[in-house]
Amino acid sequence: MNFFSRKKSAATSAKERLQLVLVHDRTDLTPAELESLKDELLKTISRYIDIDPEAVQIGLERDGRAQRLVADIPLKSSARRKAG
Amino acid sequence: MTAQVITVTSGKGGVGKTTAVANLATALAADGRKVVCIDGDIGLRNLDVVMGLENRIVYDIVDVIEGRCKLRQAMIRDKHHPELYLIPAAQTRDKNAVSPSDMIRICNDLRADYDFVVIDSPAGIERGFRNSIAAADRVLVVTNPEVSAVRDADRVIGILEAEEKGNPALILNRLNPVMVKQHDMLSAEDVLDLLAIQLIGIVPEDENVIVGSNRGTPVVLDPKSRAGQAFRNIAKRLQGQDVPFMDLDKGTGLWNRIQKITGRK
Repeated sequence: MNFFSRKKSAATSAKERLQLVLVHDRTDLTPAELESLKDELLKTISRYIDIDPEAVQIGLERDGRAQRLVADIPLKSSARRKAG
Repeated sequence: MTAQVITVTSGKGGVGKTTAVANLATALAADGRKVVCIDGDIGLRNLDVVMGLENRIVYDIVDVIEGRCKLRQAMIRDKHHPELYLIPAAQTRDKNAVSPSDMIRICNDLRADYDFVVIDSPAGIERGFRNSIAAADRVLVVTNPEVSAVRDADRVIGILEAEEKGNPALILNRLNPVMVKQHDMLSAEDVLDLLAIQLIGIVPEDENVIVGSNRGTPVVLDPKSRAGQAFRNIAKRLQGQDVPFMDLDKGTGLWNRIQKITGRK
């Protein structure tokens, strides 16, 4: 029973924790490794185009039983001007 | 006749594999099918006690493999159904006594004369598990709505995919509908969303399962048990019938719970 109504339910907490654990189990990638993968990706991309590292979102997502590495990397508007 | 070989596995121990095998095999036999079940847990045999056949064991699967007896001599006839047999595991400590090719050979020997061979896999993802899935035409993964069981089930499903063992189907065992309603337990939808495999049955938590194991009489033989009904439904689905899933919300209302607590039901 959930007496503390502001607290997340046990079921929700179980599901959210499992979602994370399963993604890492399935890819054999630890959170630390994922972080260093992100860093290297950002470094490489920054060599070619101007990006805002704060706005970048890179993460593993589940799609049924498949996993995908999804990256959303907004370009700085100045990047276009510089290029042009 | 060509038997279908069905392996029941889970990753985590204690989620109800042996109970599922005893009940599914018994339900299939009750439907008139010829069934052999094999205990694949060498060194930790248990299917014999759950089925109430522990006093009848003379030979075991290692005796068959090492040529001390014929396959038919190691098959113990069930107490309730004459067309249901058990091949018990050995209690020897040498787990390497059985290989995947031994299992394939034994199952192929049985295929011509039976409708179903049901294999009880040991927990884990080692040798015994590999042996148990070697001959499988179909794999059923048992899990409970708990974080550790779901995580281990996912590991096993990953291995089955890598081994190209076909699409495994899920048995969600020991679901407590009252706890789900109170959001204290993962729901069937949650577990299916996480594991993303086909569902073949949801078995509600039911004290009668333990009573059945204690007596050596699988709960499918109790016509009133909800878990028994769930296992009977899974057995029908294994035979290709389209059986709707049970309404597990039935009997979880407040009044029903009060009646249960006060023992009026």
